[in-house]
Amino acid sequence: MSKYYLGIDLGSTTSKAVIINDKDEILGRGITNTRANYKVAADIAREEAIYDARFTLLMQKLDREIDSKPVLRQYLNDIRAVFQYLQFERRMQRLEEELRAAVDKFAYDHKAAIVERLELILTTIGPEIKKDFLDNNLGSKNQFFRDIVSERYNEMAEKMDKVYFEPLMLAFDKSITPVENQMVTFNFKELVHESMKMLEQKYRDLPDKPAIEDKGWYYSELNYLKDNYRDVEESLRQYIDEIAAQNIHISNMVGTGYGRALLPFPEDCIKSEILCHAFGAHAVFPDTRTVLDIGGQDTKAIQVDSHGLVTSFHMNDRCAAGCGRYLGYIADEFNISLNELGPEALDAEHETNICSTCTVFAGAEVRELLNVGEKRSNILAGLHRAIVQRAMSLLARSGGVRNEFTFTGGVARNQAVLKYVKEMVAESYGKDIKMNIHTDSIFMGALGGAMFARRNIETDLPEKKQQKAPKKDKIKVTINDPS
Amino acid sequence: MTTDVKKERSMTIQKEMVAGLFKDLANVQTTGKKVCYTFIPGNLSELIRTFDMLPVYPEINALQSAMRKKSASYIREAEKHAHSEDVCTYVKCDVGMMLNGNIGPTGEKIPEPDILLLSYTGCFTFMKWFETLKRNYPNAEVVMIHTPYQENGTITDEMRDYMTRQLREEVIPKMEKVSGIPFDEKKLKKHLEHAKEAEDWITKIFDSTKHRPSPIDAYFAGVYYIGPINIGFRGTPEAVEYYKELYKEIRERIDNGLGPITPEGEMAEEKYRLVVEGPPNWTNFREFWKIFYDMGAVIVASSYTKVGGVYDMGFRHDPQRPLESLAEYCMNCYTNLNLPQRIDLLGKCIEEYQADGYLTNSIKSCNSFSAGQLGMMRELEDRLEIPVGFIESDLVDPRYFSYSNIKNRLESFFQMLKQRKINYQSTAAEAI
Repeated sequence: MSKYYLGIDLGSTTSKAVIINDKDEILGRGITNTRANYKVAADIAREEAIYDARFTLLMQKLDREIDSKPVLRQYLNDIRAVFQYLQFERRMQRLEEELRAAVDKFAYDHKAAIVERLELILTTIGPEIKKDFLDNNLGSKNQFFRDIVSERYNEMAEKMDKVYFEPLMLAFDKSITPVENQMVTFNFKELVHESMKMLEQKYRDLPDKPAIEDKGWYYSELNYLKDNYRDVEESLRQYIDEIAAQNIHISNMVGTGYGRALLPFPEDCIKSEILCHAFGAHAVFPDTRTVLDIGGQDTKAIQVDSHGLVTSFHMNDRCAAGCGRYLGYIADEFNISLNELGPEALDAEHETNICSTCTVFAGAEVRELLNVGEKRSNILAGLHRAIVQRAMSLLARSGGVRNEFTFTGGVARNQAVLKYVKEMVAESYGKDIKMNIHTDSIFMGALGGAMFARRNIETDLPEKKQQKAPKKDKIKVTINDPS
Repeated sequence: MTTDVKKERSMTIQKEMVAGLFKDLANVQTTGKKVCYTFIPGNLSELIRTFDMLPVYPEINALQSAMRKKSASYIREAEKHAHSEDVCTYVKCDVGMMLNGNIGPTGEKIPEPDILLLSYTGCFTFMKWFETLKRNYPNAEVVMIHTPYQENGTITDEMRDYMTRQLREEVIPKMEKVSGIPFDEKKLKKHLEHAKEAEDWITKIFDSTKHRPSPIDAYFAGVYYIGPINIGFRGTPEAVEYYKELYKEIRERIDNGLGPITPEGEMAEEKYRLVVEGPPNWTNFREFWKIFYDMGAVIVASSYTKVGGVYDMGFRHDPQRPLESLAEYCMNCYTNLNLPQRIDLLGKCIEEYQADGYLTNSIKSCNSFSAGQLGMMRELEDRLEIPVGFIESDLVDPRYFSYSNIKNRLESFFQMLKQRKINYQSTAAEAI
């Protein structure tokens, strides 16, 4: 039986899970936003990683067939998108119930009108989101239930009269957290079959000739699917049943991140995020000697040796200004989503000078700058630069960038942060320093955890402690498209 | 870890010594003894005793207040009196205590100073501290002597002469004036003999961490061990007696293969041996210590236990050269050593006591210790390839002790040590 290992990184902002096999290859990833309940966040991330692992296994099984029948790849991707939508839909149904109950409970004036508007929002955004899922239009936003719903809900509510806006937003705030904190489990097989059924409809409804303005479609593949998906459907069903029946047995797991102490894991299965991030980053980029991780509430500058073992580290103390939460706060100040911050900052003409010692002070500075007419993009660029300046100071304190440098953590996905990190590392440590940023940067801690879980079997478990540790330099991890 | 916490005889002796000192201080109005306020680094205990005066150490009062959870209100009081948030918290705690009636750790009032003696100027804050005290105690005499910094890593004849001249021309005449007792060199020599003997014993005590398991914790318990020698008993037969007894108890622990005593009993398993740089946090001292012993970490050497005197590099008070050796003592204070000297000293500790890791506790409000700490850490890391860690807290201001952040960093630090130990063991096994 195949062995699988799970790493869970319970961060202050997001919770991540990674499943690897006994060759340290990533099979599944799961991510959710961490709200009040770490336990649910961990469960959701883990479940998502398991579903993801099943899809990966399915792809692996179909490896040869996919090569000969490219239609299969597109079909599988579509199934996956619908699969995600169906999970979303279940939660959405729960949210709708909560919202109706909340409006009933809280809105005393104009209740009938508010109920009417709530229904209008729900009947509008539901199909819109469905379309986005099915058309793969959510981009990087399709990770968190809250973000997907709140963006559209707020947009519609804001356009309504203030008398309705406030009770509608109050109802949303009261309803979203209990829904997020509720664990919903799904049956993989049932959900995949349901996805296939839904796709039947989609493919049937596809126009024979797409309209010119529908630029997002892969015309040839879709048309190919429209006519041919039935050819692969039957054999796929067999594989799906096989994969669904397969027991993804987690042989060992390691928890890390801020919420790790809350995980019901034995002591040996709880590891510091410093070690996990370093181990994960080193596994992907073996020549890494310095790791910078900017997370939600802390920034870590880590030095590692040739085995991926931490030799020293430095973390921000006393204040979390300059970490991911700083960006979250700024996004709230501007009333835009986190994903929009980086791209807008990249449009700046120059960087406005902003103090980064205190998040709250920075908020006050932002308002002042907006009042005097400074462009939003310039302010955002200044804020991004300020964060990186703080990270650079921490890097210097930890001993600087010694060799190959890897940037991990959720903030590494922000293109503006990335730009300033690249600039400043090159300025301070020379242009020859090789810099690694991976598309999976946010999963590095969970990956390191999963890798420790695999090694713990051999080294850390009490009964195995006397055995020899594996040679760390043989670690090889294959992950898609390092950029 | 056992729950049986046995009171060692040395603990009882120390308690009696400290209680006796505070009782003597409380009774000065009837005994007529004069009171000398001074600081631990460069303290001239033997000279103070020669003039039959009683010492008061403001920084000891501050740390005792912190351990009794009184420092927060004292600091608030001092801040109300215009002391900035960034001022050394020992100072603010002391000022706050003074403003609240100057009640000492035993609940008795600490008398006002007859003389303020500053015998170590390496800490600029000390000077400002005494300037503040002078304003509050206008009748106290003030004597400040300048201690040359060991910039070049040596004590030259000129530096020694400069110091002895200050002792002869400034300190001794002022002490004679305040105490009304003429200087008696024979008496000083006697005290120095006792000092030398106590220093021999304390060196042996701190050297006992060479053993595995280490019989003592040289930081958390070490701060108790240095109590008598630092708070005015150096130069007395009582101190010699205390250290002899303590050493005897430690010897017994070594013979029985026992680890250090913690507030929760004996430490069962020694997993990590550390050298720690920087003062401890006093407001959450027990909690702070517990993080270490719960993880099986013992501190085998610390720079903080050397603030009142560095004896492990061979320095001893010398009855044959009384003023010269007092001068050398002041200049040999840990924070009066230049950074390469401190690095050498800590490096020697790491090697001799076979430390697995080096940890810096950086104190928000202590410039004397903080300056150069990062550089020293990097140098030791490079030179000895030792894993290093860095945490931040404060002396006596509870607002700067964040338990969860410190625990989080220390957990990472200990896991880093564990990981490296496993790796080195496996590498060594492969080599065989």
